[in-house]
Amino acid sequence: MSVPAPPDLNERFPCVTCSEFRGDTRLVVPRDDLVALFKFLRDEHHFDLLVDLTCVDYLKYRGAENRFGLIYIVGDSRSAARLTVRTFVNEPDTVVPSVTSLWRGANWLEREVWDLFGITFDGHPDHRRILLPEEFTAHPLRKDYPLQGLGERHNFPTITRGEA
Amino acid sequence: MPLVAAQSTADIAHNDLRDYVWTMNFGPQHPATHTTLRLVLKLDGERVLDAMPDIGYLHSGFEKIGEHLDYNQYVTVTDRMNYISPMANNVAWHMAVEKLLGIELTPRAVYIRTIICELARISDHLLSTGAIGLDVGAFTFFLYAFYQREKIYDIFETLCGARFTNSYTRVGGSSHDITPLVVEKIRAFCQDFPKTIDDMERLLNRNRIFVDRTKGVGLLSREDAVNFSATGPVARASGVTRDLRKDEPYLAYADLDFNVPCMKTGDCYARYLVRMVEMRESLKLVQQAIENIPSGPFNVGIDERTALPSKQQVYQTIEGTISHFELVMANRGFEVPQEEVYCATEAPNGELGFYVVGDGSDVAYRARCRPPSFINFAMFPHLIRGHTLSDIVAVLGSLNIIAAELDR
Repeated sequence: MSVPAPPDLNERFPCVTCSEFRGDTRLVVPRDDLVALFKFLRDEHHFDLLVDLTCVDYLKYRGAENRFGLIYIVGDSRSAARLTVRTFVNEPDTVVPSVTSLWRGANWLEREVWDLFGITFDGHPDHRRILLPEEFTAHPLRKDYPLQGLGERHNFPTITRGEA
Repeated sequence: MPLVAAQSTADIAHNDLRDYVWTMNFGPQHPATHTTLRLVLKLDGERVLDAMPDIGYLHSGFEKIGEHLDYNQYVTVTDRMNYISPMANNVAWHMAVEKLLGIELTPRAVYIRTIICELARISDHLLSTGAIGLDVGAFTFFLYAFYQREKIYDIFETLCGARFTNSYTRVGGSSHDITPLVVEKIRAFCQDFPKTIDDMERLLNRNRIFVDRTKGVGLLSREDAVNFSATGPVARASGVTRDLRKDEPYLAYADLDFNVPCMKTGDCYARYLVRMVEMRESLKLVQQAIENIPSGPFNVGIDERTALPSKQQVYQTIEGTISHFELVMANRGFEVPQEEVYCATEAPNGELGFYVVGDGSDVAYRARCRPPSFINFAMFPHLIRGHTLSDIVAVLGSLNIIAAELDR
């Protein structure tokens, strides 16, 4: 269940804004404060579990001001307390500090976001694609990528048994 | 394709210099991976120095498809994520959608969903414990497990007509109501199942070969489990007590009596035992829920314009016809807020959450799935380092990796 934001949050991070919808508490944090905020939440308020890390491309979203929203869901390993933390980035500067130094579980999640959205994570130990092949050039979960693909599937090099 | 170690330690770098360190390919087609996943292993004799998972062979763009199918249609895709417990995925998806739309289910629907979730958990654990037995050589155990799984398939077939990919839930309810015949079959299953699980425990719990193959293998401490974002039976075998059914009681779990099994050792044997005990607890939940199903409608009322009306209502009443027409026509159906929600359930494998972004239309703007298999598999190199080649199958089996959910 979502819990209210920590009371001393605005004292420590004045730029963090807070909203609520259907009981979910959502914080919006500037990109530069991201790691410091997670450190604060983890060490002082026991949000020690990175539940999920994902991204939304707001290209075609009505009224959106930013292109990409990164969504971090942090939780408490001793209860079901949960907070949603969001940060926004825009092209061409789609670099976000990596949280792998706080949670090793973020490794694959950040690789997945890089693979599907093309967000770069600064300080990631293994910044490679994870689901798609290395030769792939597009980031398919972006809204400007068509559902049918750009024909990559038909243009992969074929290796015959003799060449292998 | 060059593959680099995810987290190489100084020790491994040192080992790389020795000429007897060799690289072996494991998968993507291998009987012990059960589905399609590949590992590149760095071996010193039989000892695994490092493992580099290479995934994505089954990537089918489920999240992209979720941005093009409407809230009722996408349930068919969630079936194919974790296909050994599809009912749990159906419920997780529609719980998230209902949270976004602000729909409150009828008490009957809540109980029906609780029952099918727990049956899905039993069927998942039967397969995962059966498979770990199979991989380390206990074939009979697997057959005991699969015989009971067949019975759960039969129950689901009687309930909704489909055995494997059920697509059972709908926004605001489900496709079929639970009938007396289904209740009877579930009661028969509840009576029959404890005997099988006793037999299964007698077969394997103190089996010398099995215990030797799994005890002390794939150790995961509590700190590492939390750091790697582990949830579900994998985390509970390492001493994390978090279970969303208890901590954040959704559906009917607050009314029912059950325990959450936990262990502290965190090895493959502990993960196996946690799953075995969880099956008994799930059975307890099914037994309580099946005797207490409230009467009344199983779908949200027709005047709320959220649940699809029954065929009888569509053909015989004007309200039904209008309601059906409005819900099926594009952009006439639900009133979707332009908002985002995260809703999580305790699926058999761990926390299964959906992050749904609504944009006012009847199609989700983003349908993110938090796949427990993906997050649990990320710690595989950490678990296997230092063990032998033959331990790989035990660790893979105990993590219960479903590649369709891993790659989505």
